[in-house]
Amino acid sequence: MTATLDPPRVTSLRCRECGADYPAGPTHVCERCFGPLAVSYAPFTVTREEIESGPASMWRYAAFLPCAPRVDLGAGFTRLVRADNLARALGMRDLWVKDDSGNPTHSFKDRVVSVAASKAVELGFTTLACASTGNLANSVAAHAARAGLRAVVLVPSDLEAGKIVTTAVYGQTLVAVDGSYDDVNRLCAEVADDLPWAFVNVNLRPYYAEGSKTLGYEVAEQLGWRLPRQVVVPVASGSLLTKVDRAFRDLVAHGLVDDTGYAVYGAQSAGCNPVADAFANGWETCRPVRATGIAKSLAIGNPADGPYALEVARRTGGAVADVSDDEVVAGIRLLAETEGIFGETAGGVTVATLRRLLGEGRLDADVTTVLLNTGEGLKTLDAVAPHVGPTVTIEPSLAAFRKAGLGA
Amino acid sequence: MSASVRIPTPLRPLTGGAAEVPVAPGPLSAVLTELDASYPGLGERVLDESGALRRFVNVYVGDDDVRFLSGLDTEVAEGASVSIVPAVAGG
Repeated sequence: MTATLDPPRVTSLRCRECGADYPAGPTHVCERCFGPLAVSYAPFTVTREEIESGPASMWRYAAFLPCAPRVDLGAGFTRLVRADNLARALGMRDLWVKDDSGNPTHSFKDRVVSVAASKAVELGFTTLACASTGNLANSVAAHAARAGLRAVVLVPSDLEAGKIVTTAVYGQTLVAVDGSYDDVNRLCAEVADDLPWAFVNVNLRPYYAEGSKTLGYEVAEQLGWRLPRQVVVPVASGSLLTKVDRAFRDLVAHGLVDDTGYAVYGAQSAGCNPVADAFANGWETCRPVRATGIAKSLAIGNPADGPYALEVARRTGGAVADVSDDEVVAGIRLLAETEGIFGETAGGVTVATLRRLLGEGRLDADVTTVLLNTGEGLKTLDAVAPHVGPTVTIEPSLAAFRKAGLGA
Repeated sequence: MSASVRIPTPLRPLTGGAAEVPVAPGPLSAVLTELDASYPGLGERVLDESGALRRFVNVYVGDDDVRFLSGLDTEVAEGASVSIVPAVAGG
């Protein structure tokens, strides 16, 4: 039997900078200081048994989410894979891959969109919208289709073909913008002011971001209700990293896991490394960059949660680092060759960053470590297509087979 | 002729609801000073105590983030459009 827990009472949206409270509506920015608003909840209790009796989806953690599951494609509760082969290749002892490519539209974005779309319906919106580097576009279009909502999805026009097709197929409005993701994001931030649309990552961003916490809850539950000692997270806006930290702290605060301590590591590509750069230089804020390189899903040059991601990495004793495109491709291939998991470029960034941090002695090879693979390699074939292909091409004859040395 | 500034929702109560207001061309710092004179309180919402742009405010002159230009010294030309945009979006 499954039972969905009632969501807790949202008491307000509170500014993370100055603490000002606002009614829990479709708004995301503090009117006083422009700081980001975050959801505040009334106190509640929840047990492991209540969570375990919930659905096999992210909504088993409804107790920690700001709305009921009104729009649900079945996101979450993806597999946590014990990665002994990858561990051996990297000289590690206890490595796990949380494989979020198994979500309905094949990325972790289904978690945030399920929450944002549910909140949008609750608030009476009929149009969902977003700025996206691709994965979010897929997810918003699919959830809108399922919920009978209209979607308007804005993406940079130079996205991978795979991410354009996997959005367009849902039959919603797909706007390709001749500019970078940061340009698209700015456009959405400006038009969101004047349109009655639910921009999941603009005016609904406080709720949307809450969905990412479920990745952290699941990792702990799937490890047997314990926290990993280290977690490696890809960083674009920085929101996911901060919400994984929030999730671990929530679990400790509610007595669901022991407070064993953990370190959060952030992974970026050298072509878009504002958070890694700020970490390396000891800055509290990020200097924006113009994004380049193959890791387009992480190509946010002006990361909204950069300051908070830095704070989490420093507080937990983690780090934020970046890797080259060559290392990203090698990371995608290593994960595929050792564990049979084909991650997208963000997954390659994360594997490569793990490898680099191990090599530099900044990450412990001997303790439980979880790597987040947030997306599906089939969407970013362009990144690896130049590097892999048929071992050999032959005529359909036994002679040709033998001549190619394949019978040995 | 003049330049113009697009005002984001959180600041519109200060501009009487206006989404776009005219300003005299000049350095961005002078534009913000003029805005604060016309709409008292607007300056402190955009600038912190040290006079720098708040960390969750992005300001654009035309298509470019002023942090890629000359920051508060960026020249706002005749006919240019300045946008003040909350930084917290996306991801």
